[in-house]
Amino acid sequence: MLSQSAPKFSSTGTQATRIVGVLTIVVMTWVVISGLVFTPADVVQGESVRIMYVHVPSAWIAYLAFIVTAITSAFYIFAKRHSLGFDRVAGASAEVGVMFMVITLVTGSLWGRLTWGEFWQWDPRLTTTAFLLVTYIGYLAVRRLDGSIEQRARRSAVIALLAVLEIPLVHFSVVFWRSLHQRATILDPNGDVKMDGLMLFTLFSGVVGFTLVFVWLILHRQRTMLLSDLANQSGLDAAILARQNENVSN
Amino acid sequence: MKKTAIKTAKRRVASAVFIKDLRIEARSRVVTNQVLPFAGLIMVMFAFALDNDDVLQRVAGGLIWLATIFSLFIIVQRSFAIDTSDSALDSLRVAGIDLSAVFLGKAIALSLQLIALDIVLIAAAFLLYQVQVSVIGLVLLVTCVACATTGLGFVGTLYGGLTAGTNGRETLLPLLLLPVVAPVLIAATRATEAAFGSGGAAISEGWAWVGLLAIFAAVFGVGGSLAFGPLIDE
Amino acid sequence: MTIEKVLEFIDVVIVYDNFPAVAGATFSVNAGEIVLLQGANGAGKTTLLRACAGLLPIARGSANVLGCDLRLDRLAVRSRVGLLGHANGLFQDLTVLENMLFWSRLVGATRNDVDQAMDAMGLSGRLSQTQVAKLSAGQRRRCALASLIVRRAQLWLLDEPHAGLDAQGRDELDRTLRAARDAGATVIFASHEIERASALATRSLVVASGTVKPA
Repeated sequence: MLSQSAPKFSSTGTQATRIVGVLTIVVMTWVVISGLVFTPADVVQGESVRIMYVHVPSAWIAYLAFIVTAITSAFYIFAKRHSLGFDRVAGASAEVGVMFMVITLVTGSLWGRLTWGEFWQWDPRLTTTAFLLVTYIGYLAVRRLDGSIEQRARRSAVIALLAVLEIPLVHFSVVFWRSLHQRATILDPNGDVKMDGLMLFTLFSGVVGFTLVFVWLILHRQRTMLLSDLANQSGLDAAILARQNENVSN
Repeated sequence: MKKTAIKTAKRRVASAVFIKDLRIEARSRVVTNQVLPFAGLIMVMFAFALDNDDVLQRVAGGLIWLATIFSLFIIVQRSFAIDTSDSALDSLRVAGIDLSAVFLGKAIALSLQLIALDIVLIAAAFLLYQVQVSVIGLVLLVTCVACATTGLGFVGTLYGGLTAGTNGRETLLPLLLLPVVAPVLIAATRATEAAFGSGGAAISEGWAWVGLLAIFAAVFGVGGSLAFGPLIDE
Repeated sequence: MTIEKVLEFIDVVIVYDNFPAVAGATFSVNAGEIVLLQGANGAGKTTLLRACAGLLPIARGSANVLGCDLRLDRLAVRSRVGLLGHANGLFQDLTVLENMLFWSRLVGATRNDVDQAMDAMGLSGRLSQTQVAKLSAGQRRRCALASLIVRRAQLWLLDEPHAGLDAQGRDELDRTLRAARDAGATVIFASHEIERASALATRSLVVASGTVKPA
């Protein structure tokens, strides 16, 4: 249950989020400058290789987000005390995950257009990612169904766990499907890039930076969710009083 | 001792729900009179759109399963309209009936209706698209239909139960179901193509796909019986 | 014999769609009572009955029904209560008998139980073979009550059970409720028609603005 006292904070920021925020700005500034200026262009792919510094970290975050959603959903369902905190982190993580999944797909197809000459290839990884996106858009839709907060938490947790069953099946069937219809022209997305030390370091910084963004967003988002749940709750006392004193006219 | 009592109770509930669903269909004939013609029409419309015998023969398997999945949405909604129109689903919840048994009963009834639908669709493919099948191919085809419809029955009932009685269920159901049934669409299509020998596919290729369909059915059979209760409860 | 409390609500708040439909209800019901909940539309009668059946989460307060704490477990109580709301929970395309047999299979009742329940509700004979869709409103209501008998509910929660019944149906309903009480059931029902309902009830409670007061 939510605590009964009214929220004491006026913003969703805390000492922790501010530290994460500052770190994020520092790391991301480095990634932008290094990715665009310091690192060399690739011999084969040319300048388009720089998309990698956005694409790879956002793909990593997208999958991390859904793992977080799955784990917190499992905690919500299986923990003795069904803590709504788990549900809020699950929801926040799925929202952020969907955003990064869209970034992944957009940067991926831009890169594909430059490298393969096509926006889209029926590559297992791409296809699974697209299905994952639709699945979690469905998950967010389920969170918006009407009902109590507990009902929302239970339903969405079950949906998140079902998605964990579904995604390997989708991935496996797509891999299996492509293996029977092999197209020789498919390039391994990262195989042709010869990465020097700086490129690797920039990519690594990107992963760290995006993870910080993810953490920062989750911290804030789950707190706004807490605030909106609390707003409903703190309105409850007034609503109960109003209800008890309402005039029965009919 | 107590375990067997629970088991027989579960079987009793599942069979009661199964018989009830099929009896209501036998009497109202909504699926027979509306969904079957709809699915048949889809097959005819595909023929108009593609307008090429070779292409039709090549893609017949995919068209059969696409038509099945489109019809699935309608059958699932009909299946739960039966239970929500006079709040019978509420009564089942109030009565504390084992919801996983309700899930199994409804899913099996749904699968049977899908099998009937697929028989019509496959017959249409023979008539309209001139596909051919050998005896071994027929064995593959029958197994494929059995596994695919079982899996579709499970996921359809699971997500149908979640969306039953909610606002915007007509659009939410496809959004939730389509990504989940993608493996069934891929696997059943390949297995059916192998059975028909479309595009020179060998029958042996089909059995691996049937295996995938069986895994899918097993995963969502177990997952669905566990998840159905928590999903539809208030 | 000591009087057994079947139901005890203390300061119960029930929130539905962010609205506290029940706002601090305190009352208790003893075994063998027939309790009337009277009150205007929107007073919270329906929500209260649904909560007693374990269908709605209790936001605040404590609620105990048939020895089950509704705050901890709303499932355990359900097989022992029978709720009849505005809807009847029947399958329109099935006959009366088929509806009854469906319920009897679910709960493991015998054909004899079914026949007795249908007799008690005046549904035997030709009516038993009629599809529910072709019944009158009163007949449907009787059919729904018969299913409660088949389910052997210990606590009957009825929302406007007299609505839509003809004079004969009302008499039958009153008789059935008394018979159910004599057989050990406890009844809580909501009604507008205070006069008729008071004659049936052993005690009346007034529901107003989401709270409960003695009449």
